[in-house]
Amino acid sequence: MDTREMIARRVALELRDRSLVNLGIGLPTLVARFVPPGLRVAFQSENGIIGFGARPPEGMEDPNLTDAGGGFITADPGAASFDSAMSFALIRGGHLDMTVLGGLQVDEAGRLANWLVPGKLVPGMGGAMDLVTGARRVVVAMQHAARGESKIVRRLTLPPTSARRIDLVVTDLAVIEPRPEGLLLRERAPGVTVEAVLAATEATLIVPGEVPEMPLARPDRPLA
Amino acid sequence: MRKGITAAEAAALIPDGASLMIGGFVGVGSPERIIDALVARGARGLTVIANDTARPGIGIGKLVEAGCVARAIVSHIGTNPVTQQKMLAGEMAVELVPQGTLAERIRAGGAGLGGVLTPTGLGTLAAEGKPVIEVDGRPFLLERPLRAGFALLHAQEADHEFNLTYRLTATNFNPVMAMAADCVIAEAVEIVPVGVIPPDAVRTPGILVHHLLERAH
Repeated sequence: MDTREMIARRVALELRDRSLVNLGIGLPTLVARFVPPGLRVAFQSENGIIGFGARPPEGMEDPNLTDAGGGFITADPGAASFDSAMSFALIRGGHLDMTVLGGLQVDEAGRLANWLVPGKLVPGMGGAMDLVTGARRVVVAMQHAARGESKIVRRLTLPPTSARRIDLVVTDLAVIEPRPEGLLLRERAPGVTVEAVLAATEATLIVPGEVPEMPLARPDRPLA
Repeated sequence: MRKGITAAEAAALIPDGASLMIGGFVGVGSPERIIDALVARGARGLTVIANDTARPGIGIGKLVEAGCVARAIVSHIGTNPVTQQKMLAGEMAVELVPQGTLAERIRAGGAGLGGVLTPTGLGTLAAEGKPVIEVDGRPFLLERPLRAGFALLHAQEADHEFNLTYRLTATNFNPVMAMAADCVIAEAVEIVPVGVIPPDAVRTPGILVHHLLERAH
């Protein structure tokens, strides 16, 4: 199993029935493939739709129906579309139960950086600042390290996306919960020891007596 | 029945140095025919207010590549490497605005509001130089309204009174931009007689639309 799939399958267990969820571009998008059976989750795309479905077969695309990355999608029965002001009123106004976003860094205060590497990478914040500010729960799905450097850091060296403390980080090595007292190591990836997690982490982690292996949602199913 | 104009006539209405709001989200729901005509006219020094600069060869990306754009006020440029190159080379100014804040600043510009108070951006680079105002003990950033000389819209249907509808995620910024510019120019996929669009389905009342492109020949 590749680590991206593993992260997505762990994040999928955070989904709740009848909730409204926004998935960021990239790794977070994979989460939609692992919705646990029996849950009805409404996925929002920030460009203006609730209830989008899987990619259509080739040749059946609607040029007016895309996700936030510009990729073609379909609409599930009961879907609703709206303009950008409404879409961000949903996000900022407390109507969004959860967002799953990618990350460049998370620090000991639970702050996320994911929109700018000064002088190098200038994608812009898009909807990320609104999502982190407004969603009831913010889950970050990312690799634990990039080019050998820990992305879980003592203090952000990149510009923060929001001053808000995010709620959960899921990586290829661990599940970490930012709390007022610091970063709590909640789970470790299958086959990964607590020592290995600590060795790969720049930030100080609070390690409880028991750190169970992370459970995973069951393997890939086509999006309902 | 109101009369349409050609894309070239629309482009001729827009002077060099004008500020434009352009609908679209990574090119979906952008008025491609007006954009093509601006490129053909060789427009220069434009300020573009939009969600993004699409991709090279698509939508606003065509204006960027052709050197029409001096300044962009957008939420992200991650899908267009040409914009990033031009920005780093100092050929184009880019002002990044959080997407929800951009939508509300445009809405405020079209709704006669003096700005909006938003928690988005507090404690980040987006807050630099902006007043923080407390309401009921909670801090908010004061974000100023945005208006433009022109709004260039993509609609699904337009009727002969220029009432507009939009389709699915091609809606995006088009309806809010229709309210926030001095001159509103729309192009539609279909042009239909008055009455085909039920009043409840009209998203932008035709009285707000100054010009509509004739159908493509």
